[in-house]
Amino acid sequence: MDIVVCIKRVPATDTAIKIAADGKSIDPAGVTFELNAYDEFALEQALRLKEQLGQGSVTVVTIGSKDAQKELRDALARGADKAVLLTTDQWVFDGASTAAALAAWIRTVPCQLVLCGRQAVDADNNQLPANLAARLGFACVTEVAKLTLEGGAFTAERDIEGAREVLTCRTPAVISCQKGLNEPRYANLKGIMAAKKKPLEEAAAQLPTPALEVVSLALPPQRAAGRILGNGAEAVPALIAALRDEAKVL
Amino acid sequence: MSNIVVVAEVRGGQLKRTTLEAVTAGLQLAQKSGGKVIAIACGSGLDGACAELAGSGVHRVVAVDGPAFAHYSGDGYARAVAEHAKAAGAGAVLMAHTAMGKDLLPRVSALLEGSIATDAIAVACDGGTFGATRPVFAGKAAMTVRAKQAPFCVTLRPNNFAVAGGGGSAEVTKAAPPAGDLLSVVKEIVASATGRTPLQEAKVVVAGGRGLREAEQFKLIEDLAAAFGPGVAAVGASRAVVDAGWRPHREQVGQTGKVVSPPLYIAVGISGAIQHLAGMRTARTIVAINKDADAPIFKVADYGIVGDAFEVVPALTKAIAEVVKHK
Ligand SMILES: Cc1cc2nc3c(=O)[nH]c(=O)nc-3n(C[C@H](O)[C@H](O)[C@H](O)COP(=O)(O)OP(=O)(O)OC[C@H]3O[C@@H](n4cnc5c(N)ncnc54)[C@H](O)[C@@H]3O)c2cc1C
Ligand SMILES: Nc1ncnc2c1ncn2[C@@H]1O[C@H](COP(=O)(O)O)[C@@H](O)[C@H]1O
Repeated sequence: MDIVVCIKRVPATDTAIKIAADGKSIDPAGVTFELNAYDEFALEQALRLKEQLGQGSVTVVTIGSKDAQKELRDALARGADKAVLLTTDQWVFDGASTAAALAAWIRTVPCQLVLCGRQAVDADNNQLPANLAARLGFACVTEVAKLTLEGGAFTAERDIEGAREVLTCRTPAVISCQKGLNEPRYANLKGIMAAKKKPLEEAAAQLPTPALEVVSLALPPQRAAGRILGNGAEAVPALIAALRDEAKVL
Repeated sequence: MSNIVVVAEVRGGQLKRTTLEAVTAGLQLAQKSGGKVIAIACGSGLDGACAELAGSGVHRVVAVDGPAFAHYSGDGYARAVAEHAKAAGAGAVLMAHTAMGKDLLPRVSALLEGSIATDAIAVACDGGTFGATRPVFAGKAAMTVRAKQAPFCVTLRPNNFAVAGGGGSAEVTKAAPPAGDLLSVVKEIVASATGRTPLQEAKVVVAGGRGLREAEQFKLIEDLAAAFGPGVAAVGASRAVVDAGWRPHREQVGQTGKVVSPPLYIAVGISGAIQHLAGMRTARTIVAINKDADAPIFKVADYGIVGDAFEVVPALTKAIAEVVKHK
């Protein structure tokens, strides 16, 4: 099975975010970037599937800046066979155009399975995998927490509100990976050395005009200043009064 | 003059409450766009749910009803919704940001070659152009976007819009599920912990953190949640206690857990790390109980009590039970 793993380089989750002067993007100064955590589950699953089948290939792809070479190299070091960087100097926040560009590239390579993270934690879109699948005409299951492959078809489990769904899914497919699916491996020294000889191709991303335009990026709506109502159990009546009379939630 | 489509979610014959929130947002947009609101429901045996929808204030209901749709299929439902949204002349397509909404709407937007914004907390229509505001960077920023391509598809964060007041009796048209193979399909739904209120839909979330010291002490949190009465409150947890194995991952609130936005969120013994805030900072009212007056959770809390959870929570449970009893 030829597997494509979509990854994205994103700001580390504990980084402070500063809004850039244009009021539409973040100021990258001082921000540490890393491989999107959910994409690690996708990569790990791809490596395990290849191991299970004893054949096939794992190609990692990203649409991003040249800096993303670092994350692609890391993926190669963990065991991917090949990396592709579809370059752009824009921050890709728009799911529709990103999916269109990825679909255009995927159509040019052998691919029976696309693995993605459930969400890239920059724009927090949680939409690319399903969008991509619809464009490719592939089957799709999102936010998968358990996956098995038997007789050429997948069985996938995902959490929904108050229950768990079990789905069957044919190939070719796009599957997005949720936490809990597996424990990602890290690169070891041997892998890091081997990665140096693996192919990392670059081409310009075929990004159409974004379907969305950013009007503004701002700090979150401020919450009105809160109040400490007191210390210990003695403050409970004040809290009840506030919840009932002021917040009107009781 | 563009119409607004609201995609309904029906589970086990029941219309989800979050669909009625989407109807509210749809009616708001329709007023600005000068169009009508058309609800589309997919499933099998939709009569009850569609009757409810018909009385929710929408102008028309389309029921794509048939045995082929007895179980959710992302690709199948997407084809049906796209077809009927197109026929309805949709300028915008709304759905709740639920497990189904996040799976379905990106497909619909792709099939219609439209635009999509997910997990929105506000929607707008200015001079015929649709837009939305949504949290990004784990809630550390809010992004406002404008659609450049129609239709504008948007999923709405639950609990951010009031449930539609209702009214009217819209016409319900029936349609058959589209022909063709289903590529992925739900074959089974395994109910987890029956009788519990799903975290994202609860009116009240009582969440506990490492300050509770051990798994057994979560009894305090469960008792407080129970005091609100049946079906009202759900129990949440910080990642620290999920990682420690005290609580299941499905209860985790935060960046790597669930995003909740209830009318009332009570954080007990939770420090308020940025990744936790990502999951709850859009709750309407936040209460924090923490023994450390400098804990960051107090910065986002509307009301705080500085104190020992083991002393404060039982007192609060008693007081809430009193209020609920006399309602
Ligand atoms: C990539 C990444 C993703 C993450 N995702 C999440 C996520 O989704 N959700 C999440 O919650 N965290 C997440 N975290 C972890 C997060 O950074 C914090 O470590 C975690 O939220 C801390 O949990 P806590 O508040 O329960 O514990 P602590 O930070 O240890 O806080 C315990 C609090 O309890 C108080 N306390 C102690 N005793 C008492 C008492 N007797 N009465 C009252 N108060 C008391 C203390 O003052 C303290 O404030 C993530 C971290 C990373 C790096
Ligand atoms: N620019 C990108 N390049 C490659 N893959 C991406 C890109 N953006 C998102 N993805 C993939 O799609 C998943 C979901 O992203 P999103 O829909 O943007 O939240 C991510 O976890 C990645 O696997």
